[in-house]
Amino acid sequence: MTEKKPGHIYTVSKLTKEIKFLLEESYPFIWVTGEISNYAVPASGHSYFTLKDQQAVISAVMFKNQKRNLKFNPETGMKIIGMARLSLYEPRGSYQLIFEHLEPEGAGSIQIAFEQLKTKLADKGFFNKDCKKSIPFLPSVISVISSGTGAAVKDIINVAQRRFPNCCLEIFPVKVQGAGSDNEICEAIKLVNQRLKSDLIILARGGGSLEDLSAFNSETVAKAIFKSFVPIITGVGHETDFTIADFVADLRASTPSAAAELALPGKNSLLQRITSLQESLNRSLKKKIGALNQTIGNLIARLKSPEIIVYDFRFKLEEYELRLMNMINHYVHYNKEKARWLTEILYTRNPVKKIIEHRQYVKILSESLTLHFQKNFQEKKTIYLELQSKLQAFNPEAVLKRGYSISRFVLDKNIIINSSDVKINDQIEVVLSKGRLITRVEKING
Amino acid sequence: MVKKKTFEAALKGLEEIVRLMESGDLCLEDAVKSYESGMKQSKYCLDLLDKTEKKISIIAKDNDGSVKIVPFKDE
Repeated sequence: MTEKKPGHIYTVSKLTKEIKFLLEESYPFIWVTGEISNYAVPASGHSYFTLKDQQAVISAVMFKNQKRNLKFNPETGMKIIGMARLSLYEPRGSYQLIFEHLEPEGAGSIQIAFEQLKTKLADKGFFNKDCKKSIPFLPSVISVISSGTGAAVKDIINVAQRRFPNCCLEIFPVKVQGAGSDNEICEAIKLVNQRLKSDLIILARGGGSLEDLSAFNSETVAKAIFKSFVPIITGVGHETDFTIADFVADLRASTPSAAAELALPGKNSLLQRITSLQESLNRSLKKKIGALNQTIGNLIARLKSPEIIVYDFRFKLEEYELRLMNMINHYVHYNKEKARWLTEILYTRNPVKKIIEHRQYVKILSESLTLHFQKNFQEKKTIYLELQSKLQAFNPEAVLKRGYSISRFVLDKNIIINSSDVKINDQIEVVLSKGRLITRVEKING
Repeated sequence: MVKKKTFEAALKGLEEIVRLMESGDLCLEDAVKSYESGMKQSKYCLDLLDKTEKKISIIAKDNDGSVKIVPFKDE
């Protein structure tokens, strides 16, 4: 921002710019209440009007885009409350409110209260998904908290009977609008929790204005719903109505009838389901038994009877027998052949033949021996005869017969050949052809 | 309300048994056991569906605070 020195001169634009900045910065989003006047919608579709009270007027605009969310049609004379930002349009030097949101004043306060409570409860965790209790699949007893005479209760009973003909309902008649209705609802919720008879609560009410539904937007009812141990389904108003109770409840249905639909499963479909499951069980078991029978049948077919086994063995035995016989025959034949062969060999080597041969040989040898012996004998005999005749020639007796004699010493019978060996007076034996003489040496002529 | 077994659990059990049997992996003994148990569960479910007595009553507190139960009259 420019410094405001004494004597400083602004241009219009400059000043306007600063004013615009100041305004828009100071009032970015504000809630304003007042009465509409001079309401006009030109061809552009935007709404131009002035907002006034007893003392002041301010011009305002709401653009077409924002108008789409409006739940009512603004008109001159209507008191409204709205959210806007303040803006300055420089070419005209005028400031105006640009509305984002508009509500009729009365409803507006309720709406604000609603939003405030919603924020508060959200902060406290009342809407947390984790805190939601699960709705029983098949509640044994359902507590219906609603007006005892309204259409809502009848709708719930009808739908419940249709879906589950013998369902058990407890109805807790309460005031659902006007003073004290919120307390009655809270009491009923508490009572259900004390009795512990039912396992589900339906909190229901037919459609109505925002004021009519105020009990369902109260903090006390919200707290009671949040504290309840028994799960709660809300079915309040019409499709588009959302109440605080709906946000806190464990399940929100758009209408009382829808709440009954959500609370109870269709009995017929359940029966059908169980029946079909039973059929499946029967079918499965039958199938199983059938399959097992089939298996057993197959196994029996594959099982060999003892008769067949005996036959098999018999065949095998016969085969072995045959092979054994063949083998023995072959063996005998072979050995017979071998024996014959050996006999032949033996025959060719007959010892009788040898004996003849040997005998022949012996004969030859003996003949040879005889021959040689005789020859040898003759030779020896010849030699003998020769020698004998020679010996005859040398026989001393023959010599003696021719008159020779042999002298020998008497003592040692040594033949005397040399006269020098004899001494005088030695006795000498002289051997003659017939008889012997003992003599004495008288003289030696040497 | 505390019960031994909720309807939903019994129904789930029954469905599981059927699934198991249809898978065909069970031996005969187990299949028969499963079958018996499944039939028991389905009977339990059916009983539970029929057992509930049709009853619609109005429950209100008297002026002195005592709880009063009156049958609901559908005109």
